[in-house]
Amino acid sequence: MANKNITISKKTRRLMIHETVSSYLFMLPFLLFFVGFVLYPMFMCVFTSFFDATMGRDDIFVGFGNYKALFQDKVFWRALWNTLIIVIVSVPVTCVFSLWVASAISKMPVAATSAFRCIFYLPVVTGSVAVTMVWKWMFNNYYGIFNYIGTATGLIENNINWLGDERYALGCIILILLTTSVGQPIVLYVSALDNVDKSLVEAAEVDGATQLQAFWKIKWPQMMPTTLYILVITTINSFQCFALIQLLTSGGPNNSTMTIMYYIYYNAFKLYKYGYGNAMGVILAVIIAILSAIQFKAGQEK
Amino acid sequence: MKKPSRLDVSHAKSKAYYVFSFAVVVIFAILFAFPLYWIITGAFKTKSDILSTTPVWWPSEWVGDNFAKLMNSRSVPLFELTIGRFKIAGPTIPAAIRWLLNTVVMAVASMLLTCLTAAMAGYVLAKKRFWGRGILFSLVVCAMALPKQVILIPLLREMSALKLYNTIWAVIIPIVGWPFGVFLLKQFSESIPTEMVEACRIDGAGEWRTFTDVMLPMIKPGVGACAIFTFINSWNDYFMQLIMLTSNKNLTISLGIATMQAENSTDFGLLMAGSALASVPIIIVFLIFQKYFTKGITMGAVKG
Repeated sequence: MANKNITISKKTRRLMIHETVSSYLFMLPFLLFFVGFVLYPMFMCVFTSFFDATMGRDDIFVGFGNYKALFQDKVFWRALWNTLIIVIVSVPVTCVFSLWVASAISKMPVAATSAFRCIFYLPVVTGSVAVTMVWKWMFNNYYGIFNYIGTATGLIENNINWLGDERYALGCIILILLTTSVGQPIVLYVSALDNVDKSLVEAAEVDGATQLQAFWKIKWPQMMPTTLYILVITTINSFQCFALIQLLTSGGPNNSTMTIMYYIYYNAFKLYKYGYGNAMGVILAVIIAILSAIQFKAGQEK
Repeated sequence: MKKPSRLDVSHAKSKAYYVFSFAVVVIFAILFAFPLYWIITGAFKTKSDILSTTPVWWPSEWVGDNFAKLMNSRSVPLFELTIGRFKIAGPTIPAAIRWLLNTVVMAVASMLLTCLTAAMAGYVLAKKRFWGRGILFSLVVCAMALPKQVILIPLLREMSALKLYNTIWAVIIPIVGWPFGVFLLKQFSESIPTEMVEACRIDGAGEWRTFTDVMLPMIKPGVGACAIFTFINSWNDYFMQLIMLTSNKNLTISLGIATMQAENSTDFGLLMAGSALASVPIIIVFLIFQKYFTKGITMGAVKG
């Protein structure tokens, strides 16, 4: 009897080992890329942030030197501030706008829904460089469409140098960012609205609930996971706003559009201060991780 | 005689709201489509149309000047091969064509590699129970939540060390390593009944046969979503391209247009022609495979 038990457990063990080995063989191609070119660089980002690293010489250990320098760097604080403004403005606007558009188009016939969904997604697919080029033209001081419409309707008296003026540059960047960030949330909300339990909504309507009540009391709670996901991805995207700034303003005028992402790029790839750039990258990652955690916590409590 | 019930009143109200919201959505849709319209018409406008201070809403004359300028501005060899001491260079072609080819090669290679590795990894993560599975999957999820760009500095140094810097592989490899595809296909594989896989194993098929003959055909829609998603994202992954690619012949189309902008910052006709060349192909791909793409976005959102 005891003997039989041992043979079974041996066989189970062999099967388990077989399963593990074959699973890892299946994982191997992905793991090579993932460990080598995602996890290792992530580790190196943290590691190198403690070094004075640049091209063509060995890294010098400086402890928390890079972080100390960062906290005294006025441009860094400006970049952090601008990035927060971008996030604080664009995340709520994106969420509310996309929810509204999604609920409006989801009531339409299927063909119309998918056509509108496509149109709102177009700026994302067009690609950041092409989008930036055309907006650069539209915002141009002399040939731009905004100055024409503004002066023709009397909203502005003289042509405004939108991207070259400290007062307007960041606002313009946020506007462009908004047009490229609502596409995905709209797709997500349309599908979330589709998946809402229709019988509950109908029951509520029979009981005399208004459309608004049906929305807030029944649809909204069911869409909470989608909203949460949208909040997280929109926050991450807003933090990473880069191409617009690199191609339109290079952080100027007078650092008014300097963001963390662009400042990392500037330090690492223009000044070759790798360690300094990595320290900023670590801080950015920590901020995003904290914000995501807060959003998740808040979402779960509801 | 029938009194208008509360239901009828709310019905009339909701109809009015429906019409109103339709109108507003249409206005916004026009605004969202406008930049693309402006790119495409701008690419064919004459110089005087472009430099007019009153916008020319419809080109007064459709011309190909901008594209001609784009094609003539720089030229590079079609390909270069080094065999031992011999260097063979292909015929000289306009740089913009080479950039477009580079972009297509890059996007297709990233797509194929990502789909293959992600399908295999997603399958075992969903269907197998093995030591370390939990840890691996949480690593995948954590990596996805972090900003991709923070790893660019170490990645640049790694690629230089591997002598891959300024080659197309420096852009492809990090995309393949990015775990979104694995996450997507793991979610998809979980929806396939485990009995199917087990039945196949009992019938005597090996691990690999089970994967290729049973699993793969069933997760095809998921693979399609992963493919189109990777294709579009790698096409538009400007930051990575900017850092990894430098020499004229290795640029991608968006990067090429961006470098042209540095030299001709107000030649909007030329820039629009370049932008059209960079965006129209990917928009066509998007429109054709829209259904898969939408599926990819929504499936990736259903967190486990």
